[in-house]
Amino acid sequence: MVRFENVGLRYGLGPEVLQDVSFSLDPGSFHFLVGPSGAGKSSLLKLMYLALKPSRGLISLFGKDIATTPREDLPALRRRVGVVFQEFRMLRHLSAFDNVALPLRVADVRKGEIRHNVEELLSWVGLADHMQARPPTLSGGQQQRLAIARAVIARPKLLLADEPTGNVDDRMAMRLMHLFDELNKLGTTLVVATHNETLVERLGHDTLKLEEGRLSLIPGRKSAVSKAS
Amino acid sequence: MFTRRTDLQLERDTLGRFLPWLIAFMVYLSVLALAGMLALDRLADNWDKGMRGALTVQLPPSPEAAAGGPGAARAKIKDEKRLQAAQGVLESTPGVTRAEILNEDKLLALVEPWLGGDTQIGDFPMPRLIDVEVGDEDVFNMDLLKERLAAAAPNAQIDDHGIWLQHLIRLISSVKALAFAILAFIGLATIGTVVFTTRTGLAIHQDAIEVLHLIGAQDSYIARQFASRALMLGMKGGLIGLGLALPTLWTIGYIARMTQSGVMPDISLSAVHWAALILLPVAVAAIAMLTAQRTVMKTLSGML
Repeated sequence: MVRFENVGLRYGLGPEVLQDVSFSLDPGSFHFLVGPSGAGKSSLLKLMYLALKPSRGLISLFGKDIATTPREDLPALRRRVGVVFQEFRMLRHLSAFDNVALPLRVADVRKGEIRHNVEELLSWVGLADHMQARPPTLSGGQQQRLAIARAVIARPKLLLADEPTGNVDDRMAMRLMHLFDELNKLGTTLVVATHNETLVERLGHDTLKLEEGRLSLIPGRKSAVSKAS
Repeated sequence: MFTRRTDLQLERDTLGRFLPWLIAFMVYLSVLALAGMLALDRLADNWDKGMRGALTVQLPPSPEAAAGGPGAARAKIKDEKRLQAAQGVLESTPGVTRAEILNEDKLLALVEPWLGGDTQIGDFPMPRLIDVEVGDEDVFNMDLLKERLAAAAPNAQIDDHGIWLQHLIRLISSVKALAFAILAFIGLATIGTVVFTTRTGLAIHQDAIEVLHLIGAQDSYIARQFASRALMLGMKGGLIGLGLALPTLWTIGYIARMTQSGVMPDISLSAVHWAALILLPVAVAAIAMLTAQRTVMKTLSGML
């Protein structure tokens, strides 16, 4: 599903923030991505959701080499990837409903279907009473759930979450993780970047550890079907 | 193209509020320039049609008649005979359908715009004129007419208005080219304004555009939002501009009618010309829409 081979990334003329990163994610796998601040977790996720191009190396997404994929084919690939951004990145002027509906609208889904799916999902994440609320009027936890709802509404094959529990208490963090577990059981491949070691321990999935730009795999209790080098 | 819902909230952009007024000003000037161009075009056409097949034969008074004095009466009778002979030649010339001697009243009416209404025919030596209409230009032979006319009335002069008309049409063509250049400049200025406004909009909404991009929006999806906004602002501005231009045109037409006093032929616009003027705001709005669309597509093509 995702394959990185000797990927390096540098910003401008600066030092490499990612060095020789190689790994592959199998469909249906669940990985935590851990590492100290500035280790390159967000950069690695940005490469995976096609917000950045690597300085070197090969990235393959859903079997397609990103370097040789025509630009006009990239939106179709992006639609198969859901992203929970660290800073949520909700459109402040749109309602919670419209924010969650966006991935379906850009994919030209029928209005009736959009309404049904969005209402159902917002109920599922506990925001049924806030459908018309603007994101700035919601609490951090509510915004977090809204961001997750937007990321999963189009049923992505790959879900990438950058610190999805950073703004919520432990109880809510556990609830969100169970939500991710549910999605994983339904076949979604997950990569969750987090600082929360308790969660990583408790859930027992494989962990991708980034240190000084280099990646290593720490197998989890649940024996994930992933390979890393 | 009229997308009501915008993901980017473009309707809140301050620059967008100025765009209709800028477009209104451009459309106002464009309508005036286009109306001028079309009116001149029609004027040239009217003149050309009116002058085609028309000749004027001019017989200056003989020096004795012009000088007055005792021999003037006899000279005038001779001049009158030459005039009649010239008319006879003209009427018998193949292709000529009418040869009418202009009487004194008509002569005075012709000079009235320059000399006023109190002029008398005897106040100064005036040539006599024969208004000639050539119906069939294929059988009409100008050289033959000149030859026959020289024999019947040696001092007769033929004016086919060609040189005068040529100069006039050249002048009108120059003014039309100038009006066209003004239209082109206005078009370029409109395009430049829309490009600037769109680029500013792209910069203001960069973050939201990036989010749309990352959730899988095609460039065309984002471009459509800018394009439909530009179309609506363009239509709004265009209608304001047209609304201001029409009374201006009416006023110019009214003043022209009041002042031309027979010197100039009627300058008016046909139904097709009016339709072109009314469609101008639509054309400007379409230009604004396409410009916005292209600007966004070009800018986004630089993103991953």
